Amino acid sequence: MYESLVNFPGGLLAEFERLQQELQQEFANVGRPGSIRALASGAFPAINVASTPTSIEVYAFAPGVDPAKLDLQIEQGLLSISGEREADAPEDNGTLSTYANERFSGRFKRTISLSKDADPDKVEARYRDGVLHITVARQAAAQPKRITIQ
Amino acid sequence: MSEKPVVKRNERKEDAQALLPRVDVRENKDGILLIADMPGVPKDKLELHIDNDTLTIEGEITPDTPENMEAVYAEVRLSRYRRAFSLSAELDTARIDAQLSNGVLKLRIPKHAYAQPRKIEVKVA
Repeated sequence: MYESLVNFPGGLLAEFERLQQELQQEFANVGRPGSIRALASGAFPAINVASTPTSIEVYAFAPGVDPAKLDLQIEQGLLSISGEREADAPEDNGTLSTYANERFSGRFKRTISLSKDADPDKVEARYRDGVLHITVARQAAAQPKRITIQ
Repeated sequence: MSEKPVVKRNERKEDAQALLPRVDVRENKDGILLIADMPGVPKDKLELHIDNDTLTIEGEITPDTPENMEAVYAEVRLSRYRRAFSLSAELDTARIDAQLSNGVLKLRIPKHAYAQPRKIEVKVA
């Protein structure tokens, strides 16, 4: 794969470059089953999920969102993240030229399914550097236990 | 996949794959405002380079990761953002103002004073 030499902001070539990158990233994953709730890349916010023996870690990449406007809900094993991101556009009184307008603005909602052992009462959420990090604890019964041999 | 030689634009660590951050670029009479989404990048992992007339924004995603973590599902699969822009001569790269807050980078690139619009007075002799 080769890169284009010219890199116009928001230009056609930048778009091709993005497309190529997304294809590359998509094809790297062929064969592995995706989640039924997976969205095409470019969805807002992008979500990563990881697991540890004691918790489920969800990272939502939602830059520039007022944490007070984020709404998190867990219902029937589904975690939903909704909120609104306001456009940063300065007032346009005819003096402004826009060259690229790729950033998302408006209302969003994403839902992911948690595994069965998630404990909806033990959830922590932090917002740092534009990433919402949600930790859902696993129920104690589901955690691995070491059995001592007598 | 065919193996094509990678064109190196300059001698930095360009070989690592990176995500293209989404940007808004707007211009008014004073200069250009560039807004880039770089969630997960703290201030100390953000790098801005100006090389001749190329502006490169680059940042590393450093999330807080607990021990023994295994990825289950990932939409963000790279840990680095990079994007380059070519600037034109009327932009004053010495006076760029950068702000990073909540994963959003705002760059204000002013124009040189001589490039700003002004009215030319017509004197009557």
